[in-house]
Amino acid sequence: MAEMERKKITKGFWIKLVSVPILMFFFAYAMVPIYEVLCDITGFNGKTGTVETEQLYEVNEERIVSVSFFASTSPGFPVQFAPKVNSMEVVPGKFYTTSYIAKNTTDEMIYGQAIPSVAPTDAALYFKKLECFCFVKQGFKPNEEVEMELRFVIEPEMEERIKDVSLSYNFYKLDS
Amino acid sequence: MSSTTTAAAHDDHHHGPEKGLLRWIKTTNHKDIGTLYLWFSFVMLLVGGALAMGIRAELLQPGLQLFEPQFFNQLTTMHGLIMVFGAIMPAFVGLANWLIPMMVGAPDMALPRMNNWSFWILPFAGAILISTFFMEGGAPAFGWTFYAPLSTTFAPDSTDFFIFAVHLLGFSSIMGSINIIATVLNMKAPEMRLMDMPLFVWTWLITSFLLIGAMPVLAGAVTMMLTDRNFGTAFFDATGGGDPVMFQHIFWFFGHPEVYIMILPAFGIISHIIPTFARKPLFGYSSMVYATASIAFLSYIVWAHHMFLTGMPVAGELYFMYATMLIAVPTGVKVFNWVATMWKGSMTFETPMLWALSFVFLFTIGGFSGLMLGIAPADIQYHDTYFVVAHFHYVLVTGALWGIIAAVFYWLPKWTGKMYNETLGKVHFWWSLISVNVLFFPQHFLGLAGMPRRIPDYALQFADFNYISSIGAFSFGLSFLLFTYIVVDCIRNGKPADERPWPSAKGLEWTLSSPAAYHSFGEPPTRAEILAESQHS
Repeated sequence: MAEMERKKITKGFWIKLVSVPILMFFFAYAMVPIYEVLCDITGFNGKTGTVETEQLYEVNEERIVSVSFFASTSPGFPVQFAPKVNSMEVVPGKFYTTSYIAKNTTDEMIYGQAIPSVAPTDAALYFKKLECFCFVKQGFKPNEEVEMELRFVIEPEMEERIKDVSLSYNFYKLDS
Repeated sequence: MSSTTTAAAHDDHHHGPEKGLLRWIKTTNHKDIGTLYLWFSFVMLLVGGALAMGIRAELLQPGLQLFEPQFFNQLTTMHGLIMVFGAIMPAFVGLANWLIPMMVGAPDMALPRMNNWSFWILPFAGAILISTFFMEGGAPAFGWTFYAPLSTTFAPDSTDFFIFAVHLLGFSSIMGSINIIATVLNMKAPEMRLMDMPLFVWTWLITSFLLIGAMPVLAGAVTMMLTDRNFGTAFFDATGGGDPVMFQHIFWFFGHPEVYIMILPAFGIISHIIPTFARKPLFGYSSMVYATASIAFLSYIVWAHHMFLTGMPVAGELYFMYATMLIAVPTGVKVFNWVATMWKGSMTFETPMLWALSFVFLFTIGGFSGLMLGIAPADIQYHDTYFVVAHFHYVLVTGALWGIIAAVFYWLPKWTGKMYNETLGKVHFWWSLISVNVLFFPQHFLGLAGMPRRIPDYALQFADFNYISSIGAFSFGLSFLLFTYIVVDCIRNGKPADERPWPSAKGLEWTLSSPAAYHSFGEPPTRAEILAESQHS
């Protein structure tokens, strides 16, 4: 038979061929932790870092960075949400406290989670928070207005060329 | 697997196909399955084309005339999905089924039963996808790229059917490409070396590796969408610690190889047609193979050039910009090789050659606008405008689809044993060439002037070019009626074709009778036969 002269598909070849798509399917899932690690190292996604204690930095009083605060809410989240001050002049290495104000506009209990984002992304790594209302989920009693505190520092290691940093929060609704 | 070779041996006892409908449902014959794939993709092309006619009819004039914006978004989304997954990809798999076994001197595909399965999944996947139009809330309306959270939090319920359809289409493509890899590497004539293989076989082998690498990532992305939507995970939901930008990374990690999946086989087709009608061997055969492999490799490491506006650090933009520019080098090698093949050749301009020549010219236009889009600072202006629409239609319509139509005219005599009407073929070509440029060229100007894509209405200053573009679209749409007539007329009334209807064509498929017998190459071709039919001697 002519077919006998042709190569047979060996079991090993078959296994190799089928394992490529299976591995690539799991690679899609592996991209999730890879992406998170990469963002932690580089700050690509604008997520801010945290500090455990009020540590001391070398402070250069001459250097001033302007920080702007923004607030937004996702659709279907009936809370008025805004920063108390729109911007601050800060010295890198010093700790500052500011706050956001949120008002529940309904007669029901509402839960939400604020997600921060810093721009430019090169600054995100150096924007560290000691306390933030975004660390935990927030509950709002009916028609309650609350002031939520935020204590942060910009580390002096941040590149000198960055003069303006914006911090924005988006509030998402949680079911409970 | 020995079962596959015994299946092929068993088939030798038959001398022809079964009769009736069951032939097509039960068939394991590569030619039958190739035919099924090609007709399926043609039907999907007409469906996707009809949706495009709806889009252009709405855009003929400013203001909302025909459709609600939500329905318009369904049209653009479904047009993209049907054309990419229903028309272009299955058409290339159909061509691979028909041609690869004949080109490598094999009796059939390596895994004929899986081949049957990978085709028969498709009509169901296509039907599920199209049925979403008739569901409550309408079809998916988030664009063919289905970015989260539009496709998770804010999508209609029919999105779950869309996800299932994409899973099925992915399964079909993966099985099809496993089959092609197994066929090329194991079933080719024992005397055929890798560097003897025709370029269509080479480009499809490389495309298959792209498919088995990229399609599972798409499957992963839609599975994450499915669990985000229904089972409380938060891959793309910021509230639960996920990140919608990550969706774009995963999607484009699939999406960029995908665009090369849709063009590499066309490169192979053009590399067959130009030498035939220039009456010269292909210039730079081995550089063509290496260029194809380089493009395939680079396609995996440039995905984020689709995402320059997501707020990437400058270092990232620079890397993805330079890596993207790098793709122009192997692509340029291919274009120059085609031109060098024609240099001082005795050229004639039969219909397949006209399609191939215009492919080289128009695909290069699409390539250049791609380079413009790849420049990170310029992309801030071009992103999500009609310039992008013009770019990817030049590479996908006058690139991928042009390659498919060129292949149909080139190999139709071999498939049917009959010759198509050359005069009508030329009329159809010039009609298509002019109308497609009237359709897509003004979209460059619209995009540069700032008209956004995926909108049903636009500012008045865009009215004239949109009008021209829509006229071109209706004309291009009509040209497919003539195309259908030419193909059906060829099958029914064509004059008998020789086994080698293009006298200077090289390739083992031309040593077979026209039409090619149901079973071919029971005996593998000899070394001498292979060398006589090789592209590069």
